[in-house]
Amino acid sequence: MQRREFLKISSLGIGGLALSGTLLYEFFNSANDETDGELHRFPTYCEICFWQCAGWTHLDKDKKIWKIIGNEDDPHSNGRLCPRGTGGIGSYYDKDRLKKPLIRINDRGKQSFREASWEEAFDLIAKKMKDISSKYGPESMALFHHGSGGKYFTNLIKAFGSDNIAKPSFAQCMGPREVAYAATFGTGLSSPEPLDIRDTKCLVLIGSHLGENMHNAQVQEMSDAIDKGASIITVDPRFSTAASKSKFWLPIKPATDIALLLSWINVLITNEWYDKEFVELNCEGFDQLKQHVQSFTPEWAFGITTIEPDVIVKTAKTMHDASPAVIIHPGRHTTWYGDDTQRLRAVAILNALLGSWGKRGGFFIPDKASLPHHHLPAYPKPAWTWKDTVDGKYNLVDLGLANIMVDASIPKKSGDNSKVIKGWFVVGTNLINTLPNTTHTLKAIQNLDLLVAIDTMPMEITGWADVILPECTYLERYDSIRVNQNREANIALRMPATKPLYDTKPAWWMARELGLKLGLKEYFPFKTQEEELDWELTQIGSSLKEMKKIGVKKIPTPDHYLYIAKGETIEFNTNSGKIELYSSAIDEEGFPAMPVYTKHPEPEDGFYRLIYGRAPMHTFSRTANNPNLTDLMDENTVWINPKIANLWDLKENQYIKLKNQDGIVSTFSIKVRITERIRIDSVYMVHGFGHADKKLTQAYGRGASDTEMITNVLIDPIMGGTGMRGNFVTFITETV
Amino acid sequence: MREEIIVSGRMNKGVDPILHAWGWEIALYLFLGGLAAGLIIYTAFYAITKKENKYFTATKVTPIFASIFLILGLSALFIDLHHKLYFWQLYTNINLRSPMSWGAWTLLIVTPLIMIYSVLNFKELFPKVNFTKYKLLKLIISPIDSDTINWQWKYSLIRKFELFLQKNIRILLWVLLILGIILGIYTGILLSAFNARPLWNTSVLGVLFLTSGLSTAAAFIMLLSKNKEEIKWFSKIDLIMIAIELFLIIHMFMGFLASTKVQIEAANLFLGGQYTVVFWVFVVFIGLILPAILEIMELKGKHINHKISAILVLFGGLLLRFIIIYAGQNSRYLY
Amino acid sequence: MRYAMAIDTLKCVGCSDCVVACQTENNVPIGYCRDWIVEVTDGTYPNLTLENRSERCCHCTNAPCVRCCPTGASHKTEEGVVLVTHSDCIGCAACITSCPYDARYTHPEGYVDKCTFCYHRLADGLLPACVSVCPTKCLYFGDLDNPESKISEVLKNRKWKLLIPEAGTEPKLYFLI
Repeated sequence: MQRREFLKISSLGIGGLALSGTLLYEFFNSANDETDGELHRFPTYCEICFWQCAGWTHLDKDKKIWKIIGNEDDPHSNGRLCPRGTGGIGSYYDKDRLKKPLIRINDRGKQSFREASWEEAFDLIAKKMKDISSKYGPESMALFHHGSGGKYFTNLIKAFGSDNIAKPSFAQCMGPREVAYAATFGTGLSSPEPLDIRDTKCLVLIGSHLGENMHNAQVQEMSDAIDKGASIITVDPRFSTAASKSKFWLPIKPATDIALLLSWINVLITNEWYDKEFVELNCEGFDQLKQHVQSFTPEWAFGITTIEPDVIVKTAKTMHDASPAVIIHPGRHTTWYGDDTQRLRAVAILNALLGSWGKRGGFFIPDKASLPHHHLPAYPKPAWTWKDTVDGKYNLVDLGLANIMVDASIPKKSGDNSKVIKGWFVVGTNLINTLPNTTHTLKAIQNLDLLVAIDTMPMEITGWADVILPECTYLERYDSIRVNQNREANIALRMPATKPLYDTKPAWWMARELGLKLGLKEYFPFKTQEEELDWELTQIGSSLKEMKKIGVKKIPTPDHYLYIAKGETIEFNTNSGKIELYSSAIDEEGFPAMPVYTKHPEPEDGFYRLIYGRAPMHTFSRTANNPNLTDLMDENTVWINPKIANLWDLKENQYIKLKNQDGIVSTFSIKVRITERIRIDSVYMVHGFGHADKKLTQAYGRGASDTEMITNVLIDPIMGGTGMRGNFVTFITETV
Repeated sequence: MREEIIVSGRMNKGVDPILHAWGWEIALYLFLGGLAAGLIIYTAFYAITKKENKYFTATKVTPIFASIFLILGLSALFIDLHHKLYFWQLYTNINLRSPMSWGAWTLLIVTPLIMIYSVLNFKELFPKVNFTKYKLLKLIISPIDSDTINWQWKYSLIRKFELFLQKNIRILLWVLLILGIILGIYTGILLSAFNARPLWNTSVLGVLFLTSGLSTAAAFIMLLSKNKEEIKWFSKIDLIMIAIELFLIIHMFMGFLASTKVQIEAANLFLGGQYTVVFWVFVVFIGLILPAILEIMELKGKHINHKISAILVLFGGLLLRFIIIYAGQNSRYLY
Repeated sequence: MRYAMAIDTLKCVGCSDCVVACQTENNVPIGYCRDWIVEVTDGTYPNLTLENRSERCCHCTNAPCVRCCPTGASHKTEEGVVLVTHSDCIGCAACITSCPYDARYTHPEGYVDKCTFCYHRLADGLLPACVSVCPTKCLYFGDLDNPESKISEVLKNRKWKLLIPEAGTEPKLYFLI
């Protein structure tokens, strides 16, 4: 019966149909038609990672969430979501979700909670906040956030009178890069990075395992670049997936990247392979740089990096040949060895020398959208912020440093507690696994008067909270309009595809209700989020109604240009108005104005450098319980070279524990993967596993946590980032 | 070092890490099917050649057991189906290229025929019925006054059908003989049709299973028979079958080792691999060589209970099916 | 008309989007899948090669699963797509054991399930879910009989290989190398 139906369809339909993009497009558009007065698909943008790809949430005929498909008009996704975006439905269907507001009834960390009403939870939080404010001042409330909900709590905390607000994505991730590019080009790169990968002739990946990290549009464009025959040069101690697609793979000795970068600069200058015209017109400090790198020859670098001098020269020539359509990838997770700002400065300098800034196939000039916000009264001016606790350090940073705020939550030995943080809001970030040195984080938590965790899932951090507020997932809520930069400025809408499951609420609602309790009504002028979004959209000539239909709207800035013309001089937002090869800003702060190589410690006998990274199917530790994504990968493995495995008599798939240089032993065992893809002096594991919260029934005890092994934190003196690659592990093979 | 891993997906139950689509049900079914096929072949052959008196057990008694074995085998097969309510779909279609299909049709025909043939022998096997003890039997049979047989079928329609069959008994026997042979070959060919499993992908397997079916059937007759001549004769048949089986096994492994890499790997499961001991010790030695030695000794006049060798042969035949089923699923092309 | 798929191993990063997109599109229960990713590493550090392959049913021209199916549930459409009609399937697993690629499995509801090239989408003029979602665009799908199709073009211009050609099933999954 069914087969006959199939045949009928095929003889009528498929035979004549060409599978062209146009037809696909038309299908997608027609599918948005309203049938029975109801939408079949709802615009959203993804919340599984920070890339925020726009897509459509589809319902099945029973009006249940079925699938999420990329929005063709979205430059972040180009209609193709990554595995995490596609598997995003798992965050909705996850049975372990937080379901009701919870209030702690026992000591912190003991995981005993009782269910409460929203009213009761808000009352308790408001009372504690007022207590903290009267005892220590409103500045003692801090906010850690990641993801969309953070915006509303930022408003709340600022209205309350504190500016102690941080995203771990800065000091634990891309901070050094942002500071380095600001010092060099006068601007950070922001997200998504304005890289013209699709048209590049040479892509250099140093500190990026693109493809294993699924930065969606970049992975797509790398693939386009491969099709177009671009040369990819990958520098990685591990044979990454990207390395396998590369023309050159430079298996560098870990922690020696700056030596290679300096040597490349040396080769470019010595052979006059840099873009002379561009440097002359737009760069400052070339002579100092030339002088500075004179001794950093390929031979010198060979001794440090183990990369053959002729390979260094050959790869530099490849970059030169492609110039200006060349990108030395700025990377994203850049907090490695504590000299990270300097390393990223070297990358920025290379890009400047090759003249790739503002060039097709290099860095394009991003078009940034902006959305007017309803006028709010001025926030009260805080008497102090985290910056006042660090004795004049980190002046180049204007964003919160999560680790410094943790430090500021631990009472000082001197007894001067005038600037101590006593209350945390933690929104959508699992600080326990996000910040290195778990014990330090827990010590800070134990000194708090209030810890409120807002999340969709139970996480290690929610286990330590006083009050847990269950957020509904991104498929069940509105959020602020996405206004990220790209080649063309654009905005994207997220709207609920279905009513929230359980007693969960959007962050917008929570922040507002708390604001009302705290007497901050004037900071929350709209009664519903739809009103607020519609007001904002109307200001730019759109409306909520329109956005519900199209999801993504391009609002290109008139006169915006992607590339700068050859021979054009432009003004950079640096001290000198030029690209600063010699950074006056860093110099003023008392640090070397040009990058220098310093030797980092190496593993002792029997220890291996812990290198961590990402898997394309997971986002940090956030997705480890997602049923769809754990189905793809449910634990991490420790990659060990066959020679080392042989030495330790390790077998494939055997479970072992790891112990680091400070004697910390991993709580859980991890499976051995014996592979040639890793050096003999290092091991590799994917970040985000080894969850210790039993409420995560899928993720609990699966794999080991790299965060736990990172107790030696190398602070970047320039911007306070937490370098995490200076840790070494050994193996514990006996089963205990 | 070459490393080949499945990064994601392919953790389907019953497929990974090793295939276990088929379990004991199919092994038992193949054994019972082969055994029944052997019994049917002997029954039909000796009835056609009019040796009913000489081989009474083989012609009159074993058809009952063949029927029972077929029903048990079919039950096992049914248990194995995952979409049971749809089993009738087997009979909406004939796919001659699928051994499963023509096997199912063969079974559909041969099972009722051998059951009917068994019943035809009831009057001879059970001439006197104690009607006072087995009252329920009155539902289908009624007493008659006769010296030799004291009952007849109650319904005239059945009596007419019985007469009709007795008139055409030779046709029935020929049909049974042919279907018996098809059944026997089918149980072997079923597996060798799967070229995705290198161990099964040999035509030797079909003949091997047919031979094994004839051997176990001979052993089963030896077990039941009380007639010394009959036992001796089937003991001789069994010896010949065992000899053929041993030859086929060697032939099969020589074929594997002279073939492709995957088939060499499949053979290695038995030549140093995980099935080596269980196959060579239990199937080949205890199930074939040992009973052959015992039978030879008995034929030479030594006092050895023939039931021991018969049981060993049956055990060997059953184990052979199990091992081939499991080992076959252990042999594959990829990963 | 003969549908086929080509997988560019030089572009595939093994992200597994094809796997999860198939699962959601086709409501494949968690714990089961119709496509999967294989990663092959060869050589000794640092002289290494790596191949990523997105694999699924090969929709073989000479399909052993169709041959072995006793009920005709496993069948081939006129476009060469191998399908299983659930209501004809008795769950005997003959097709599972007959597939050299191990591309089939028993669905928890009892019938045998596998990749359909998203046959239901083809009728609407859509590409298979895995193809339409792939971030690297490393999957090509189309008609081999149409020399203008993208798949015909890549097979003409690129080097390719088949998996287990020696099994004689004439697979229609081409791996560009």
